Amino acid sequence: MSAIRVPVVEKILSANDRMADENRSLLDENHVFSINIMASPGAGKTSFILQTIKHLGKELKIGVIEGDTAPVTIDADKITKAGMPAVQINTGGDCHLEAAMLSDGIKQLPLSDIDVMIVENVGNLICPAAWYLGTHINLLVASVPEGDDKPYKYPNIYRGLNVMIINKTDLMPYVEYNMDYFRKGVEMLNPGLITFPLSCRTGEGVDAWITWLKAQVKQYRQGK
Amino acid sequence: MHELSVTESILDIALENANKAHASKVTEINLVIGQLSSIVDDSIQFYWDTISEGTICLGAKLNFKRIPALLKCQDCQNEFSIGKELAPCPVCGSYRSSILQGEEFYLDSIEIEKDQEEIK
Repeated sequence: MSAIRVPVVEKILSANDRMADENRSLLDENHVFSINIMASPGAGKTSFILQTIKHLGKELKIGVIEGDTAPVTIDADKITKAGMPAVQINTGGDCHLEAAMLSDGIKQLPLSDIDVMIVENVGNLICPAAWYLGTHINLLVASVPEGDDKPYKYPNIYRGLNVMIINKTDLMPYVEYNMDYFRKGVEMLNPGLITFPLSCRTGEGVDAWITWLKAQVKQYRQGK
Repeated sequence: MHELSVTESILDIALENANKAHASKVTEINLVIGQLSSIVDDSIQFYWDTISEGTICLGAKLNFKRIPALLKCQDCQNEFSIGKELAPCPVCGSYRSSILQGEEFYLDSIEIEKDQEEIK
């Protein structure tokens, strides 16, 4: 027997990345602008999606893919009730969505009728950051009651973001939360990140997000 | 953490390349992992022993080469390393920096054995 070294030099998640590229191609063929929403459990991802549908639903058709670790349809039911198509993906206990799972979900959406696809990732600040899904933008819903130290404790998720929401700003008077400290941490990880502080409960600040999103969709379509 | 999926990916890549090289056994797997990749070596090793069973990778040693993070200040162009905590540029105090290295996450090479007959 003799040992031989075989050079490989392949990214460990290359299979996922290839599948993500296929997702992107499928979305682009159908002119669907797509958003991957990440957050910790309870930050308000579903409420944020519902607010977005409420404000944009008359102008744009929004399809939603709900990722959950357990076989429940609680979130998908809320979206369907709001009048938009939703697909539930059960990750079977996995802590994040992978491109292959998303691929199955995308194919169940009526893509030719949809303008924007929103993916609600599994509630988790660690794992989803490592898996590229092929969506056009990565968005994080941070929230005030989670605490202002999150960028310092979970740095990786902030590095890959295109836009961030700070939800539940209506709770600022009731919890210890230093907005400057939070944003300073984010600035170190992702300088100049576009950020929208808002409250899904009161609706305050939602308009600015909607205006930005509309501009992104318009720009995406013009790029076609 | 997502180490199980990661370990499965490592096995897939190792097996594919081992088969291409007509290996009879894989003895070592050399991984390169940057400081900023949130991967726990011990968990990968733990899953590895389970999922590599029944393959020519069983018993292969996993070697982790860790690459330290290196950042570049966007304001004064100073290059600096960081510990576990986030830190501003030690020269000018700016919070704006970009990553030069530390996000590596790849399988560099495998060490294999071949049956004697095949080598001849």
